[in-house]
Amino acid sequence: MLKINMISKTFDRGSVNEKKALHQVSLSLDEGEFVTVIGGNGAGKSTLLNCISGVHPVDEGSIILDGTDITFSPEYKRSRLIGRVFQNPLLGTAFDMTIAENLAIAWARGKPHGLSPGITRPDKALFREQLALLGLDLEERINQKVKLLSGGQRQALTLLMATMGRPKLLLLDEHTASLDPAIAKKVLHLTRKFVSEEKLTTIMITHNMKAALEYGSRTIMMHEGQIILDLSGEERAEMTVERLVKYFESRSGVQLENDRLLLS
Amino acid sequence: MTLMNLATVLSSVELGVIYAIMSLGVFISFRTLNMPDLTVDGSFVLGAAVSAVLCTAGRPLAGIILALAAGALAGSVTALLHTKLKIQPILSGILTMLALYSINLKVMGNRANIPLLNQKTIFNLPEWMPGPDYAALIISLLLLFTVMILLYFFLKTKIGLVLRATGDNEQMVRALGVSTDLTKLIGLALANALVALSGALIAQYQSFADVGMGIGMVIIGLASVIIGEAIFGTSNLLRRLIAVILGSIVYRLAIAFALELGMPPTDLKLISAVIVCAALSMPTIKEQLSLLQQRYTAAVNNRGRPL
Ligand SMILES: Nc1ncnc2c1ncn2[C@@H]1O[C@H](COP(=O)(O)OP(=O)(O)OP(=O)(O)O)[C@@H](O)[C@H]1O
Ligand SMILES: [Mg+2]
Repeated sequence: MLKINMISKTFDRGSVNEKKALHQVSLSLDEGEFVTVIGGNGAGKSTLLNCISGVHPVDEGSIILDGTDITFSPEYKRSRLIGRVFQNPLLGTAFDMTIAENLAIAWARGKPHGLSPGITRPDKALFREQLALLGLDLEERINQKVKLLSGGQRQALTLLMATMGRPKLLLLDEHTASLDPAIAKKVLHLTRKFVSEEKLTTIMITHNMKAALEYGSRTIMMHEGQIILDLSGEERAEMTVERLVKYFESRSGVQLENDRLLLS
Repeated sequence: MTLMNLATVLSSVELGVIYAIMSLGVFISFRTLNMPDLTVDGSFVLGAAVSAVLCTAGRPLAGIILALAAGALAGSVTALLHTKLKIQPILSGILTMLALYSINLKVMGNRANIPLLNQKTIFNLPEWMPGPDYAALIISLLLLFTVMILLYFFLKTKIGLVLRATGDNEQMVRALGVSTDLTKLIGLALANALVALSGALIAQYQSFADVGMGIGMVIIGLASVIIGEAIFGTSNLLRRLIAVILGSIVYRLAIAFALELGMPPTDLKLISAVIVCAALSMPTIKEQLSLLQQRYTAAVNNRGRPL
């Protein structure tokens, strides 16, 4: 489904701030595969996702999604195939518009945006149905503005918007990191539910090693712009958080006592 | 009560109604797209110039329609400067406005103004009008109403929704597969088409076009938007549009009142600037006042020294 070939990305090339964020990274995902990504601060996790989604152009290498070479296509065009949820709950929705209007924009993704009505009656019924899946009673508040929602509610709504219409690829960049533990858990459960029900090919960045092993079917670890560990199958089933942390420390030379990597 | 005579009120309302179309344009760029578009001062005159030139050729209606197109073109230039050449929005608008000054003069045949006395205009075209007294008001109200309804429905279409979302959250719009370069282009073209339409109508209403008639137009539009929001609220889209229109009328009435009280007309722009300044600084002033109050109460409660 997704094939990344030897991509590299250097920021501010040629300046004193030159920063090599990705170094010849290759990664292949089968259809329906759910990969979790871990790694320390500045490891290049977000950059990897941003290169896939087209926020940053890559310096070299290629990205093939569902048989199409998207290496050079602009961000908004790739977004027709890719659903995204960001860490910041403010980034996923238009705050001064209603829940229904936000969903309508997501629902129209990849379809021509003509002068037809933004929301029809059947649309609204569909949106209510979909919102009910979140179990947050948002279906009762469909005509309220998004700015009235809490961060967790917004993130759940963004998740719904990102997965509507079954994107070829779902990219989640620490989408629960800024939420209270209880609601974070709820959003993670919803993520698992949507991903498994729709068999979405997914990459999820997390700082929570426990979640990284618990969710999905494969875990990769990044360090200094490279993938240093790629776990799946039995090897992954036998992996524990402690051993993962040890491995990380031995490879990176960074001690992780009390780091947020361990916190759940 | 002779604060203002009826004729003054009537002409203020007429002006308010025609300028309301311009204010709706400003509403689209400043509020819907969240972009400070200064093209307005130039595109207003562009509309007036096109309209006046075609009036002198005996084609007032064609003047109105071409003015719309010319305004859309001006807005597109600003949008392209910003999205394709990555020039800051405010500077893009200023550049287009500056260029338009020369272009407007060219359109007007290198004259600084075009009088339209004794020319056919859309305000004296129809002979079926009840009384000539109200003809201008009725025609401009009809036009304004049409513009408002079309705009309302447009902002509720699929493309209208992404336009509004662009002002809220560009990142989200791109993440949902829509080019924000395109939405900004459409938005600014539409906004300036409305501004030019308003200029075209004003030229025919006042029977002249002047190359300097657009100075400070964007501030007048913004004042109308802000006054409307403050008095009539922002709870939903229809209400917001109506508020802009009423804001424009209130603004004209206030100006007429000030003139009646003896304010020299040359002070108009100063007053407009002060109104917008006051409205824009209102949140900050409120905050400072409540802070002062808190400090005062705290000081009193502590029986302490005032800070
Ligand atoms: N837009 C940018 N401009 C310049 N440098 C950047 C930019 N984005 C990321 N970087 C740099 O690239 C490196 C990788 O950053 P990235 O955001 O991918 O890390 P990360 O693994 O997501 O880290 P975190 O866990 O902190 O989110 C960092 O050194 C960062 O400073
Ligand atoms: Mg990151």
